[in-house]
Amino acid sequence: MSGADKSHLPEARGQSAIVRVALAAAQPIAEPLVAILLALLVGAIGIALLSGLVPGHSALDVGLPIAAYGALVQGVATPNGITSTLVYATPLILAGLGVALGFKAGLFNIGGRGQFLMGAVGAMTVATTVGTSQSSYIVIPLALLAGALFGAAAGFIPGFLKATSGAHEVVTTIMLNYVFVSVTYWAISGPLALPNAHQPITADVTTRNAALPIIIPFGHDGHLGILLALLAVPVLWFLLYRTTLGFEIRAAGANPDAARYGGMKTNRLIVLTMSIAGLMCGLAGATTIMGVVHQMEPGYDTTVGFDAITVALLGRSNPVGVLFAGLLLGAMRAGAQTMQIQAGVPAELVDALQAIILVFLVINVLRRWLDRRAANPGTRSSAGVDAPQAAEGVA
Amino acid sequence: MNGIPQALDALPILGVIFQLLGYTLANLSYMSQTTVAVAVPITLAALCGVMCERSGVVNIGLEGIMLTAAFVGWIVGAAAVGLLGEGTPLPFFGVTLPLMIGLAAAIVAGMVVSLLHAWLAISLRIDQIISGTIINIGAAGITGYVYSLIASQSPVGAGQFAEYQVPKGVADLPLVGWLINAVLSQGPIGLTTIVIVIILQIMLFRSRWGLRTRASGEHPRAAETVGIDVIRLRYRNVVLSGALAALGGAWLTMEHTNKFDANMTAGRGFIGLAAMIVGRWTPLGAFGAALLFASATALSTSLQISPPTGDLGQLMGHVPGEFWEALPYIITIVILAGLIGRSIAPAADGQPYERESAT
Amino acid sequence: MTEDAARSEAPALEMRGITKRYPGVVANDHIDLDLRRGEIHALLGENGAGKTTLMNVLYGLARPDEGTILMDGKQIQIAGPSDAIARGISMVHQHFMLVPVLSVAENVILGAETMSNAVFVDRHEASRRIGALAERFGFDLNPDAKVGSLSVGQQQRVEILKALYRDARVLVLDEPTAVLTPNETEEIFGLLRRLAGDGRSIVFISHKLYEVLEVADRITIIRRGRVIGERRPSETTEEELAELMVGREVELTVDRGESHVAGPVLVVEGLRVADDRHHEVVPGATFEIRAGEILGVAGVAGNGQDELVQALIGLRRSTGGKVTLAGRDVTGFSPRRMNEAGVGYVPGDRQRFGLILAFPVYDNLILTSYYRPPFAHGLIRNDSAILESAAVQIERFDIRTPSARASSSTLSGGNQQKVVVAREFDRELKLLILDQPTRGLDVGSIEFIHRQIIAKRDAGTAVLLVSAELDEVMEMSDRIAVMYRGRIVAELDGRTADKSEVGLLMATGGHEQATTQEEVRA
Repeated sequence: MSGADKSHLPEARGQSAIVRVALAAAQPIAEPLVAILLALLVGAIGIALLSGLVPGHSALDVGLPIAAYGALVQGVATPNGITSTLVYATPLILAGLGVALGFKAGLFNIGGRGQFLMGAVGAMTVATTVGTSQSSYIVIPLALLAGALFGAAAGFIPGFLKATSGAHEVVTTIMLNYVFVSVTYWAISGPLALPNAHQPITADVTTRNAALPIIIPFGHDGHLGILLALLAVPVLWFLLYRTTLGFEIRAAGANPDAARYGGMKTNRLIVLTMSIAGLMCGLAGATTIMGVVHQMEPGYDTTVGFDAITVALLGRSNPVGVLFAGLLLGAMRAGAQTMQIQAGVPAELVDALQAIILVFLVINVLRRWLDRRAANPGTRSSAGVDAPQAAEGVA
Repeated sequence: MNGIPQALDALPILGVIFQLLGYTLANLSYMSQTTVAVAVPITLAALCGVMCERSGVVNIGLEGIMLTAAFVGWIVGAAAVGLLGEGTPLPFFGVTLPLMIGLAAAIVAGMVVSLLHAWLAISLRIDQIISGTIINIGAAGITGYVYSLIASQSPVGAGQFAEYQVPKGVADLPLVGWLINAVLSQGPIGLTTIVIVIILQIMLFRSRWGLRTRASGEHPRAAETVGIDVIRLRYRNVVLSGALAALGGAWLTMEHTNKFDANMTAGRGFIGLAAMIVGRWTPLGAFGAALLFASATALSTSLQISPPTGDLGQLMGHVPGEFWEALPYIITIVILAGLIGRSIAPAADGQPYERESAT
Repeated sequence: MTEDAARSEAPALEMRGITKRYPGVVANDHIDLDLRRGEIHALLGENGAGKTTLMNVLYGLARPDEGTILMDGKQIQIAGPSDAIARGISMVHQHFMLVPVLSVAENVILGAETMSNAVFVDRHEASRRIGALAERFGFDLNPDAKVGSLSVGQQQRVEILKALYRDARVLVLDEPTAVLTPNETEEIFGLLRRLAGDGRSIVFISHKLYEVLEVADRITIIRRGRVIGERRPSETTEEELAELMVGREVELTVDRGESHVAGPVLVVEGLRVADDRHHEVVPGATFEIRAGEILGVAGVAGNGQDELVQALIGLRRSTGGKVTLAGRDVTGFSPRRMNEAGVGYVPGDRQRFGLILAFPVYDNLILTSYYRPPFAHGLIRNDSAILESAAVQIERFDIRTPSARASSSTLSGGNQQKVVVAREFDRELKLLILDQPTRGLDVGSIEFIHRQIIAKRDAGTAVLLVSAELDEVMEMSDRIAVMYRGRIVAELDGRTADKSEVGLLMATGGHEQATTQEEVRA
């Protein structure tokens, strides 16, 4: 054990017990907050630097970032904005839980995009086939179930490949993303296409008794899936921390050899965890189709898979953290539309901001600053991000 | 002569296979040229991966490095055209000043992004997969943002590099002429890639740099104890190799096409990573694997451009086009799953190195 | 060399007032050390006494907080290994600093490459120079062989060759005999004497008293980061050195007491096991352990002990043979079924197999029983039962931890091992398998664990003790089995066995007994 690891212990800073406890409690929240604030600052500089490209603005317009962020907040801080936030956050929380579960098991699931799409296809398949003849009480649960199962199947494949051949999930999930994009394209333009349409397009779920009921009366699309996402948080938390399966998953992620000695079947856990992760991402896809998108055209795609990685990292792979990270990113996505319309700053800014947040998160500015103040030049062994040492032996 | 193929046609599966062989032979020239061309960015990404991972740094940010370089090369080239005018293309690969400026900018951009990865992975000892993922997300986000800012002005890039025209006499050589023609009918980046593969292969196994790189990737502490600065070596490898992935990006916007699209790398960086693994972390092997993956793409484009006739054509008619799009990725997965275990990564690959001992 | 001659010249190397602090620990506390030309200087101390830190300072791997280093009377700065190498200091690390996939020649020249031009290595010239050096010092090494394919003893020679290739004047060897057979140890001692005779100075780090007495010209004893004393082998005894090293009169033997042996518990018949590369490293092991006895397995590391133990516990598939536990066939049982059949296991690599360092202590205490009542009901964990049981075990096994919820990574090595011991010992056991149970621990923890083992034996458990420390096997075992190349080549009575006899069996497997015995004695 390296003695240097102790450098961030409170004792080394010689602070009083109250300050110590407060810091210990605040750190998991303070660290992401600092990262977000710094990222917003860098984002503002970026907006100002490129303001000349926005119609009606001069180069280096310092007012533009203020206007942009103002519009972003304005887009969120209304009843309608809150509904939008929840709507955007729903797939992020669901898929973010899936990615976080993978992290806990030492698996890096970059396949959220494909699993999301397969979930969407699964739900649409039920809507297309059963939706004409059954009531929504049957179609909706069935479609959700199909989305979850399709997603689970999409997650099962890389899990199975890893367990049987050792093929690293990072590479296989990404390759599978492209495969599932093709499968989705094929499904929408083939088996799921409306027979008499001019262009390939699926049925509208609202006409097939598969639209999720609206549960929030104001704003747009405040659908039942929001409740599902909020319920998934305690369910996943309970699974991870209060069940033996969760213990096995966490053990296999933290030390697979010790887990094997402890009698756990690590290969089976890999397959199971990837399947559950896929299931969550599939649910994200199903609720998005059934609650928001309603109808799919060829080329339908999603950024939820990658956003979910940000959410899981920002939430430290903890279900409660994922909830807040998902809401935050959901708010950013919701506000981005207003920002684009009112300030002319493209909504893609949010994608860039995500990466900048993550950079500051892994750099862990706050921790480093505190360490330096501790006047103890001990080396830190790793960032405070709760994620697996996935890099070993890729692939 | 006629009797045998007809008899074979009676056996449906064999017949189709023979027809596929015949189709491939008939389109071999086109397919070989396409294969090499498609393999270029994959190879360059794989070479970047080889340089990084041989020194002990996993780099899944290849995709992001390529995308950034592709965008920067294209936009700087466009800006250079705006400032300097298009310039007259030289007969030598159609080189113009804006193109060269764009290419240089692409390389610098690739190295800067690599420097970020090096800093996160080597100095801060962040999980290297997370670091690479951040680079991929960031590259897509930032290029997407800037691209949508300027998309309304629909700028044109600085054009594209021209292919090498193999002299007629060589191309007409019996037996090998078509192959030489296919391999060498590439732009400057494509041809450079083939040269780099060979140089890197020799350097890795014969030079001092190669020996030290391999030692750092296998047992960094052993390297450090004989006075090798592992941290600096890893930095140098990661940053320099960024230029290779950047060339792959530049190929997309300046040699293969003359335009940029959001997320146009389309997983080539990751296929490059797979090529590196299948090629057992050697430059030549990675090139071979890249050619294999590229041949799937070449076959699918060939099938779309000149559809086969007969039974084969009928059969192909039932295969959806999406299958051919997914084929290179499926092949990658299958080979990866089949080969793993026999392809062993450098022992210290992905492990952060801490210099000072605390024991 | 005579004392007068030594005094007449300035020391080849001097370290003055070296202090190195790590957070919470002073690893080196104002250490003074001088090294004369042509001298073998032993640095004696327990694990963790600060020997390795001191040598890391000398080699530029650690920066001292205070103190100076002088070479030939002149102060020097050593900022990194390259500085040390440039000044003629080389180090043979306890864990070899060799790259297994590279050849002998590549390993030797690495960092000091013989070049044919600015870019390329001159492999022929390098091979020639290595061949010449190997011949001069009597090494038998093929420069083109992959280092990974060499035996441990050969690898150590590659390390020494590296030093000679750089023309080292000061050679530091960190625990060089830890992995060697008694025979190989004798050979390396001979080589060290030849190198010293050549005018080179050697620092020999060890915690083995008899070795230090045999090979050193001078002995410096370090305890808790301080120099405790300096002795000449002719003027001291093992007992005095032990006291200096440990700090109090130590009992060199454990009181193992009387054993009350009953019927056979574990019967192993012709067990065959392969390693990760599918080489059969245990070609058929046959032995039995009876209730209430400790069977110690002696053997040089890497003779199939790890694979044998892993196969017994179910972590590795055996390729043949039969294992019976209390009359029941348990061949091919999984770790969990072995555990349920009443087998406890303390793994050799506790941080790999024994503990999940990132988990709190209480989770590690239930690593093998988390799924059983009272710790779980069906799928649901019962955290209050887990914490209750943890509190009892922390008390009973004297685990020093701030709380049951503390992360296991914050515990000292001894306390981490006590967590493993608590988990594995604290129930009715038929068989207890111990793989290096005290490796790297402080004396207090070793004593505690040894007492627990004896108590378990006296309660009627059959104990299998595998250890690379021959002393531990000799002190603890009721019977000793010697393992050589995957076979049990001899079984001896633990109370009457002679250490040199066991050492010889470990080294030769008993085949060349007649000839080698004479060599050793000579």
